Amino acid sequence: MVVYLDHAATTPVRSEVIEAYASAMATVGNPASIHGPGQQARRLLEEARERVAATLGCDPIELVFTSGGTESINLALKGLYWHRQQDRRRAAVLAPAGEHHATLDTVEWLERHEGASPLWIPLDDLGRVSLDTAAARFADHGPDIAVATALWANNEVGTIQPVVRLAALAAASEVPFHLDAVSAYGHLPIDLADLRAASGSVGAGGLVALSVSAHKIGGPVGIGALVVSRAAVVEPLQHGGGQQRGLRSGTQDVAAAVGFAVAAELMALERTAEQERLSALRDRLVAGVRATVPEAELTGDPRERLASNANFVFPGAQGDSMLFLLDLAGVAVSTGSACQAGVPEPSHVLLAMGRPETEARSVLRITLGRTTTEGDVDDFLQALPRAYAQASRAGSADRDTALGARP
Amino acid sequence: MSGGVDSAVAAARAVDAGHEVVGVHLALSRMPGTLRTGSRGCCTIEDSMDAQRAANLIGIPYYVWDFSERFKLDVVDDFIAEYRAGRTPNPCMRCNEKIKFAALLEKALDLGFDAVVTGHYATIVTSPEGDRELHRASAWAKDQSYVLGVLTAEQLAHSMFPLGATPSKAEVRAEAAERGFTVANKPDSHDICFIPDGDTKGWLGERVGTETGQVLDRDGAVVGSHEGAHAFTVGQRKGLHLGVPAPDGRPRFVLEVRPKDNTVVVGPKEALAIGEIAGSRFTWAGRAPEVGAEAIPCDVQIRAHADPVPAALTLVGGELVVHPETPLDGVAPGQTAVLYSGTRVLGQFTIDRTVSAVPVGAAASA
Repeated sequence: MVVYLDHAATTPVRSEVIEAYASAMATVGNPASIHGPGQQARRLLEEARERVAATLGCDPIELVFTSGGTESINLALKGLYWHRQQDRRRAAVLAPAGEHHATLDTVEWLERHEGASPLWIPLDDLGRVSLDTAAARFADHGPDIAVATALWANNEVGTIQPVVRLAALAAASEVPFHLDAVSAYGHLPIDLADLRAASGSVGAGGLVALSVSAHKIGGPVGIGALVVSRAAVVEPLQHGGGQQRGLRSGTQDVAAAVGFAVAAELMALERTAEQERLSALRDRLVAGVRATVPEAELTGDPRERLASNANFVFPGAQGDSMLFLLDLAGVAVSTGSACQAGVPEPSHVLLAMGRPETEARSVLRITLGRTTTEGDVDDFLQALPRAYAQASRAGSADRDTALGARP
Repeated sequence: MSGGVDSAVAAARAVDAGHEVVGVHLALSRMPGTLRTGSRGCCTIEDSMDAQRAANLIGIPYYVWDFSERFKLDVVDDFIAEYRAGRTPNPCMRCNEKIKFAALLEKALDLGFDAVVTGHYATIVTSPEGDRELHRASAWAKDQSYVLGVLTAEQLAHSMFPLGATPSKAEVRAEAAERGFTVANKPDSHDICFIPDGDTKGWLGERVGTETGQVLDRDGAVVGSHEGAHAFTVGQRKGLHLGVPAPDGRPRFVLEVRPKDNTVVVGPKEALAIGEIAGSRFTWAGRAPEVGAEAIPCDVQIRAHADPVPAALTLVGGELVVHPETPLDGVAPGQTAVLYSGTRVLGQFTIDRTVSAVPVGAAASA
């Protein structure tokens, strides 16, 4: 039996979701069709939209279903950027360093293909964005910033950012602000109306868009949402049948939306109690790591962090060696975000936090979720010291070798 | 597991033999290409996916290990430095010596494994005394013992080559097809994996640079010019563009490359014949033979697909000296000479110097 401690990558789909998904999948009808079956599908779809919107504090019309977090972020950043070029040129894009690759690569794409100029805000050694630098950037470049974005909770080190204050800075400069809530979803209370009010966001300035993904909360993979405030205009990425306010053409996946709705409602019901439980489990894990491997160093903000996240630097051991050894021992953890070839890369988040590459290669991320038990944490803690000792022996892949040395 | 057919079948056979096997793909570039191109058989994301699919079908776990930094230092930079020094290196041997059976093997041993299995066509035989010996593959045409000649006893003790006894590559492909591997008909790789388009000369030119130098004959007379000595290899005939014809009108070949003064020496074909090769950087593949000033017989092979030539071997003052019974053609310093006794690999050395079988002036009267 595998001990699964990589819930930030994806978390098991809930049985209630599977049931609702399968049952919705058995109904025929394109929700855009005019006939009876179409109307029945449309009803399921719009009910699902209402149910998800209720958990995010937005109007159903403000919620656009997408294929997931990456699409939501692409749509928000490119769509807002393009719209902001309509009346006059605004080249700047403001984002913290250490964002998810969906953001980093989108901003870099805008830089290469649209002539955007990124304004990267540095992180401190706990992974927190510098509000002073952000304020200075808004003061210096405000009128030229097309869009600002920030990751609410870092998906690798778990640090929770002061996003309301960032959104307030954007609001004061009348810059549209996108909140990447993918990793925060299920952990932090997300309410668009509250967040807009708290940050003084009015009209098209300040917080106007927010991204989430269903599979982070036990929903199906392949569906997420971009919440777009009524006041904001986003240019679409894909064109066609004009579904979803024309923002996201394409036949809508009714079954996935229904599954998403079930997961969102269950999450909203259980979130507070579940966060307390995970937080206690996480503290048990952190204390256990410190007791068994005193060399390990917890990264990220020790207090303002996701309840489900523990991220350590294990000095002298490569993260991928430890992942491998733990995997063979039946414990699934992560080194952070993996690229498509599975080539382990140094954590760009730790690099953004000013850590050297050796440390950024010695990272292990352990993330807990709904199915995690005390026994899982204990199994991990039992396997850890041996994995660390062995991975330390193997050391860095760049080290000199004794074998094959030339005479 | 490179993503090719050989390593996939080797892994499957190791599993069948009862070993607990984990598939490992080496990431040798930080910026891998996406799709396979030409005759390169590895190092793209597509190749990595091929390797993973094979591991899935065998039912073994699969991981990518990153040795890109070591590979750059030990193989790519070494390749450039050797050419700069006027020598002709073999990067695949270097990779075996420093990466597959060193960095990879050492990491594997440290992580608790016993051996590295590869898809090389070679055989390991245990002698009556219990020594591990490296031998040629039973299929002579596919034999890769030459590129494994650098392995030492310690490395051989932790190496397995399950394809060594296979009669032909066709059988390996048939077995791969039978096992349902998608790579069963994947083309063989020929080119140097880190030179994307196979244009070694152009790739080296960009890194070593071009500088006009002289082409000399054996008597030191200038007979032409060139754009960089590194672009020439001993034995080369084409592309010399010599302005002065040979007195006897016969074709001329590159005899020597001198990077220090950026000159290339040319001469008649007969002068390519080498009657002695020597080198002081050597290793023994297992138990060292008893060799000293008194010559012992062996066979010497100077390229991966050259025929072995019977020779006499001595070891004098720390230098191995080989006198082949028939002269060797096109030998360049930097090349590796692998020494055999029958099918057994004795060891190898890097050729530091060569002695022509034909003295200067003899060729003209010959």
